[in-house]
Amino acid sequence: MLTFARWKYFAILVVLVVSVLYALPNAYPQDPSVQISAARSGSTQIDAALAKRAADLLAQAKIPTKSVQVEDQGNLMVRLNDTEQQTRAADLLRPQLGSDYVVALSLAPTVPGWLEALGAKPMPRGLDLQGGVHFVMQVDQAAALNKRLEAYVEDVRATLRDSAVPYTSVVRRGNEAIVATLAGNADADKAQKQLRTAFPTLTQDLEGRTLTLNIPQSELQRISLDAIEQNLTTLRNRINAFGVAEPVIQRQGTDRVVIQLPGLQDTAEAKRQIGATATLEFRAVVGDEAAAAAAVRDRNVPPEARVYYNEAKQPLLLSKRLLVSGDQLVNAIPGNDQQGQPSVSITLNAIGGQRMLNHTLENVGKRLGIVYVEQIPVTEIVDGKEVRTTRTEERVISSSRIQGVFGKDFQTTGLSRDEANSLAKQLKSGALAAPMTFVEERVVGPSLGADNVKRGTTAVLYSFVFALTFFLIYYRMFGLITCLALLLNLLMVVALMSMIGATMSLPGFAGLALSVGMSVDANVLINERIREELRAGVPPQAAIASGYDKASGTIFDSNMTALLAGLALLAFGTGPLQGFAMTMIIGILTSVFTAVTVSRGIATLIYGNRRKLKSIAI
Amino acid sequence: MKIFPLTLLPNDANVNFMKLRWVSIAVAALIMFVAIGAMVTRNFNYALDFTGGNLVEVHLAKPVGLDTVRERLAADGYDSAQVQTYGSGNELLIRLQPREGDSGSAATAHAAEAVMKAVSGADNQAKILRNEFVGPQVGRELALNGLYALLFVVVGFLIYIAFRFEWKFAVAAIITTLHDVIVVAGWFAISGHEFDLTVLAGILSVMGYSINDTIVVFDRVRENFRSMRADPETVLNKSINQTLSRTVITSFVAFLTVFALYLYGGGSLRGMAESQMIGIIIGTLSSIFVACPLLTLGLLKVSKQDLLPKAKDEAALARRP
Repeated sequence: MLTFARWKYFAILVVLVVSVLYALPNAYPQDPSVQISAARSGSTQIDAALAKRAADLLAQAKIPTKSVQVEDQGNLMVRLNDTEQQTRAADLLRPQLGSDYVVALSLAPTVPGWLEALGAKPMPRGLDLQGGVHFVMQVDQAAALNKRLEAYVEDVRATLRDSAVPYTSVVRRGNEAIVATLAGNADADKAQKQLRTAFPTLTQDLEGRTLTLNIPQSELQRISLDAIEQNLTTLRNRINAFGVAEPVIQRQGTDRVVIQLPGLQDTAEAKRQIGATATLEFRAVVGDEAAAAAAVRDRNVPPEARVYYNEAKQPLLLSKRLLVSGDQLVNAIPGNDQQGQPSVSITLNAIGGQRMLNHTLENVGKRLGIVYVEQIPVTEIVDGKEVRTTRTEERVISSSRIQGVFGKDFQTTGLSRDEANSLAKQLKSGALAAPMTFVEERVVGPSLGADNVKRGTTAVLYSFVFALTFFLIYYRMFGLITCLALLLNLLMVVALMSMIGATMSLPGFAGLALSVGMSVDANVLINERIREELRAGVPPQAAIASGYDKASGTIFDSNMTALLAGLALLAFGTGPLQGFAMTMIIGILTSVFTAVTVSRGIATLIYGNRRKLKSIAI
Repeated sequence: MKIFPLTLLPNDANVNFMKLRWVSIAVAALIMFVAIGAMVTRNFNYALDFTGGNLVEVHLAKPVGLDTVRERLAADGYDSAQVQTYGSGNELLIRLQPREGDSGSAATAHAAEAVMKAVSGADNQAKILRNEFVGPQVGRELALNGLYALLFVVVGFLIYIAFRFEWKFAVAAIITTLHDVIVVAGWFAISGHEFDLTVLAGILSVMGYSINDTIVVFDRVRENFRSMRADPETVLNKSINQTLSRTVITSFVAFLTVFALYLYGGGSLRGMAESQMIGIIIGTLSSIFVACPLLTLGLLKVSKQDLLPKAKDEAALARRP
């Protein structure tokens, strides 16, 4: 009859407590704040002294703050009262602190520590709810492939030349093969052997004098993947440099990159930064650190050299003669050398390799410097007018000793694991592997974002009020049970979304409202079944029990089909649509649970123990 | 009449829906053909999401004449700019196709500049609330993905229902659902209301809702076929009548929730709410007037044999929650 196992009540209670805990962080508003972090790790300190300096600067400018202190992850967080003061504070601090620090607009959580300790976090908000910039960039894969394959052709020529195999031509055939036509007197076996060592991934076909090097599909895919990965690294470095608190930089599909910069408003500036150019230069080191320090102190720099600085701001003298430039760098991969020490394997193209060979022949034991050169666009106000110029930033990222004679492939050693990874990244980030174009761009102002939040919450609130009012009037006591189930449903959806870190967006609110609709359906099915049983003359308690039993099969079937629609949206939708689908799916699952199990539990609690139940309010 | 318990429909509803089946199917077919005709002849008013282009939303200190803005934009090289007011009348929503020669990043900047120039006067401060650019390629992919999603849902429904019920039910449910989707899409073609991504999402969720409604009725049909001794038409009729109050109440409340979205959700959610509101009404009507009548026609005619419990079914029923 109408019974409900005790352990199920316990389970519901646990679900309720967990839901409340994990939904709770969303109730705490976030503080508009300015986040200050070190521009490059190691060189600058984020400490109490900096906090005092920032606090003093703000006090002088009469910008009231809630707090200025070093918070987790070693960032200085300046909390403010509103977004207008937030912008003023950031504009004030940015020039004062200089380029050693990144000053970013941010939203600081106000969630109490004990909730955070449980891992409870508010849902991240989509750009449509907080304002910001959304870019989608398309990577020109064809150009990346072209560039790489041209380098192959160049290398094949060089290999043949180096191994003294005469040839009449080396050409590319589409994206599939490189065809080398050997001269009449050439040693084909030698050519094949040499090329096999140089290009182990390519398969060879010899027909008469024609040697075809086939490029396997897997190699082409690897080139494409490398190109987009390299572009991603480049973009990440550039975006990190201009201070956005929580940027999203993601690969989408095979050739797109999605960039989201919450809170950022100056799109033009962001686009210039993202599109900035950088390159590398290989230059011989002149003298050592001591000589460089002396040269800087005495202002007596040798005529063939120039002073460069490394990341730690230590001077080093490098030759004015450019040995190899960045566009001659083909690849850089972190790995291990023969002794198992961390290293970076660098590959140059044929021209670069030849120059490197010539240089190393004469300079074994001397040092080689790699300089990272970046053109950074700057906007300055001169005489009240905006002037756009570029600033060139150069820094030495490596200066290792030349161990022996080498050509286009060589290794840089004597690094820690982190240094090797970072150097490989910086070498690669020198240039974009393939040109990129902006294919989508959305800028949402912060006021519109705040407006959207207000509209979304109002809409969900009213959809609840409408539904709850109707149920209370129409089903009385069972209406109340339904209302409790609906409210728990909402709580569970919010809690689950927060737990998995699903981004809340405007369509997400629509998903919430829709999950109310879904939940309504399940509850109506049950309540109508109970009424039907009562009309058929079944005693109240039995009517309730069989109402739940009979309805649950139907609920299961109808929700499974609705779930399919949600899954389709999740699979084929993008961005906000996926948010909508996610809410819908979670809403359907929780509504089955709350309608079938929770409301039955409540109904049993109310009606289960009465001996002589004559009628029920439904 | 007793006030409690409240009922929207009489408990002993016994409308002979089956007698009306030729009329109801004819009406449904007619509406569907009108919808298809509208889609073919008028096409959709596709939004930026699908066509690509620029969208700029500005807030003004004072309202301006829309025609002036259009003229100024045309003078600046944007011939077919769509300008509409929004919200309080101080907000403008402007849609532009990029000028010739403008590529992605330049297009956005130029559009914003042109709009600022066109709307602001000496004493009228304009502020850009939103500035979007979507490349035409992205739009095409989105449209294609929408189509894939639709196919995925249809096939998924077919398999699931054929497995849980019977293939005739699956086909009838799919026809009903497609009918609903076509009618909702047709409405957007007829009204010329903007068809954007959220509308597409709305339509997909309408599929979920519509099938949900149909399944509930079919579930009752299955149950009654097993317990009643009567001819199929009586069983179908009885099933519709028994689920009628549930169908109406659910739809009523679901409509209310979506209506709240329509009223308070603001412009960005209006299209979605609109598609869902129409979808709920059509979905309810079709689950009553189309789904079951289809089960009496031609190849889809169900008989008791189709639903006699099979061994496999019994086992499945026993496992049901």
